[in-house]
Amino acid sequence: MNRTRHLGNVIFSLVGALCVALPSGLILAQAKNWKDITFPPLKPFSIPQPARHVLSNGIVIFLMEDHELPLINLTALVRTGERHMPAEKAGMGDIFGEVWRTGGTTTRTGDQLDDFLETRAAKVETSMGGSSASVNMNCLKGDFPDVFKIFSELLREPAFAEAKIDIAKNNVKTQIARRNDSPGEIVYRESTKLGYGAQSPYAIVPEYATVASVTRRDLVDWQKKYVHPNRILIGVVGDFDSKEMLATLTKAFGSWPKGPDFTDPEPFYQKKPKPGVYFIEKNDVTKASVHMVHLGTMRSNPDYYAIDVFNEILSGGFASRLFSNVRSKKGLAYSVGGGIGTGYDYPGLLRVEVDTKNSTVAAGLDALYEEIDGLLGKKPATEEELKRAKDSILNSFIFRFDSKEKVLNEQLIYAYYGYPADFLQRYRAGIEKVTLDDVARVAKKYIHPDQFAVLVVGKPSEFDRPLSSFGQVTKLDITIPQPEGLKTMR
Amino acid sequence: MNRCGVPRTLLSPVVALGLLFLPSLAAAQDLASFEKRITVKALDNGLTFVVCERPEAPVFSFFTYAAVGSAQEVSGITGIAHMFEHMAFKGTDVIGTNNYAEEARALERVEQMYTAYQAERQRQPKPDPARVAEAEKAWKDAIEAAGKYVVSNEFGDIVQRAGGVGLNAFTSADNTGYFYSLPSNRLELWAYLESERFLRPVFREFYKERDVVKEERRLGESEPIGRLIEQFGATAFTAHPYHHPTIGWMSDLDSFSATDARKFYDTYYAPSNMTVTVVGDVKASEVLQLAEKYFGRLPRKPAPAPLRTVEPPQNAEKEVRLHEEAQPLYAEGYHKPSAFDPDEAVYAAISDILSNGRVSRLYRSLVRDKKIAAFAGGFPGYPGTKYPNLFIFFAVPTPGHSGEEVRDAIRAEIVRLKTEDVTDEELRMVKTRAKANLIRGLGDNEGLAFGLGSAQGLHGDWRELFREVDRIDKVTKADVRRIANATFTDSNRTVGMIITKG
Repeated sequence: MNRTRHLGNVIFSLVGALCVALPSGLILAQAKNWKDITFPPLKPFSIPQPARHVLSNGIVIFLMEDHELPLINLTALVRTGERHMPAEKAGMGDIFGEVWRTGGTTTRTGDQLDDFLETRAAKVETSMGGSSASVNMNCLKGDFPDVFKIFSELLREPAFAEAKIDIAKNNVKTQIARRNDSPGEIVYRESTKLGYGAQSPYAIVPEYATVASVTRRDLVDWQKKYVHPNRILIGVVGDFDSKEMLATLTKAFGSWPKGPDFTDPEPFYQKKPKPGVYFIEKNDVTKASVHMVHLGTMRSNPDYYAIDVFNEILSGGFASRLFSNVRSKKGLAYSVGGGIGTGYDYPGLLRVEVDTKNSTVAAGLDALYEEIDGLLGKKPATEEELKRAKDSILNSFIFRFDSKEKVLNEQLIYAYYGYPADFLQRYRAGIEKVTLDDVARVAKKYIHPDQFAVLVVGKPSEFDRPLSSFGQVTKLDITIPQPEGLKTMR
Repeated sequence: MNRCGVPRTLLSPVVALGLLFLPSLAAAQDLASFEKRITVKALDNGLTFVVCERPEAPVFSFFTYAAVGSAQEVSGITGIAHMFEHMAFKGTDVIGTNNYAEEARALERVEQMYTAYQAERQRQPKPDPARVAEAEKAWKDAIEAAGKYVVSNEFGDIVQRAGGVGLNAFTSADNTGYFYSLPSNRLELWAYLESERFLRPVFREFYKERDVVKEERRLGESEPIGRLIEQFGATAFTAHPYHHPTIGWMSDLDSFSATDARKFYDTYYAPSNMTVTVVGDVKASEVLQLAEKYFGRLPRKPAPAPLRTVEPPQNAEKEVRLHEEAQPLYAEGYHKPSAFDPDEAVYAAISDILSNGRVSRLYRSLVRDKKIAAFAGGFPGYPGTKYPNLFIFFAVPTPGHSGEEVRDAIRAEIVRLKTEDVTDEELRMVKTRAKANLIRGLGDNEGLAFGLGSAQGLHGDWRELFREVDRIDKVTKADVRRIANATFTDSNRTVGMIITKG
């Protein structure tokens, strides 16, 4: 507790009874200026690390006891992902992720699972992401044995029932039909395509035809190919005893034979977008959306720390360049932001974006370029900005590990992507070392305005200047290819 | 579990382990244990503090609940509750300025010029464009002059440099909430900042920020669902201020002044209208000490007058159709009482039975069996709960299916609720879920601060967070039928739909 007593600021408070409760018994001075308030050092807080075990078949297990509440949460990460699925079956990941759970197991239908779990207010859910798949369960600890049984059946013996495939396909078809309704969705999707290439698995979107081509056999084959113990990591956090949990997991999965070892080829993405201005006309909007993209980098890059500090200066907080200048000072936008994207095992996208009324779209673009050109040399980052960014990252560092669930999840992610277990500590040390020169250097190295693909979605009749003043404009056609039998739909 | 046809033997491998566990609802999360960790104190000025000690990690979160929302607005100033929320990030006479004495004069001039500009803009029968332009220029020049004294976003900057995360706020029809989290050694800094923002807010950059808010409105109105919901609310409520959108009508955002916002703040930001909840690695004695010292400075103000207007009973079915270049969406709403009604838990149970998860009636009927919707649900509390509000059904049709089709399927489920009892299993699931979800919400500082603070702010007692579960536990099959019959009637209904332009 702070004991600052700048004499000029002393105002004695009238809370005598409470003051006595304080260990020191002192009446505290009331600070008049925030600068007068000093902090004691944060009390030491050790990072509890989960225990790591590896079963003989290769399953990696992280256990983290947390006895605050009678809950247990269990996650299995499976080494697979939509990015390895064929382009002509785009959408298969969504269908797989849903039917893995809704399609039931060899002993229970999906509907039976629903009833069984909901009676216990328990959750078991599956998902297929871009670069990983997961099965997650969460339940009250008394229900653990029952719910874990389902978790383990879904992992080992999913049924992918045909009837549920139709429902999952309906969901994907609904997304396709609606994907041009929201300008925010359009600008994100189409700029991602410009960044990685439309056929890259990091950008591809499903079509009616690709969804129609997905069969039950595809799902079953995919499960057979990828879901093997040597491709699985399991993290458990909650109210359990580690010894017993390890015994349970070993009993359930220990005899599961290893699958073949193989590595998928690296998914395709283009190294550079075709630079220029791209435009999609949308006339039922009162704002225009702008995204500027090109390829970013990865977190394994030694420049990652300097990049994070740069991103903080560009767009990290209330006093960042984009927020302060484009939003607060110019009043051009509610939503503005950006940064050099960093993926775990593939490059993120550099993305700078703004939403502003159609009649200030050119002013908005000018403002983005002004801030980027500024940090690239016209108005480089200052010592004050560097300090602000580092203070902000380092002082809030505790929030990266202030719960056992967060610590467990970090470890799972690092293990999955092959990052060192002490990556968080390295991150902190890396941030501390970043200099202004580093910030300037990574800005120049990773931001190339001449290579930007600039996408604008909006109502051109209201624009303040033609987009051609920013370069050659390419109009994008986002008409949704219609399936047979649905010709009447837009 | 045999109901599901699961052979007992399937579960045997882990049954032995199960015996080692305690029964599922242990003591750590019941009301009695929270009684010991929670301290409530009203300061002399009327401001209520709730402190929950949760020393899991050296951090804390807080939630400031102001019992004022867009329902307190009248025509001409819609959106101003939200506008003040934005102003609460603009600093004080000490934070956000390089020379407050000069800045105060400059801001006064901005207001004078704005009044003059507004007078020219609204001149009857017809404004003189030259005079409007001149007045506008004088106003904008005054804004630029005042801008020289601004230290941009210093308030947020101080919080973030101190390690603050999740710094944000929201405005709803019922209330305004402010929140973030800090390392626990920054407790006094927090007490200073959070009290100062309500003690001495300076409405700097007001008109720039009003432009930001107009952009926020444009984000919503550029989405089909945003346009539907706005028309739907304005149609369903005739007299009550739930009629207007929280973001405000564009013409009001274009007109209200910093002086208007100041008046609104003076009226509604009375300490007795606010509740501050702190959760985390803090000592209640220390928090209350700082509360007296810093928040005790907020001057006592008269409690704002209660809202007078009551929505009259709806006696005609209403419908609003938006013809859009977008896929169909469907909503229908029914008026229901406020959160203070003894039957509030029955509405929660109905919503759960209809909408929660893959066992819910609307999922099974519309999504699984008829395959006419990708989503369907029904929820109480639109747009708020403090005053009589709507139970609103919402559905997203699958391609090739219309709003009318999902409407008919929803209506069939409503008829079922009115004419047949829900099953024992359904009711049991509702009650089990309510308990489990309560427990799931107790494990993080932000969620707890929000839950406890909202219950204290709305009901005057944080215990309502727990009692809600008890009330759901008492809901009977007869309650569900009674409420379904009383609520889901033709003349009490408003329909809103997006129809794809042909």
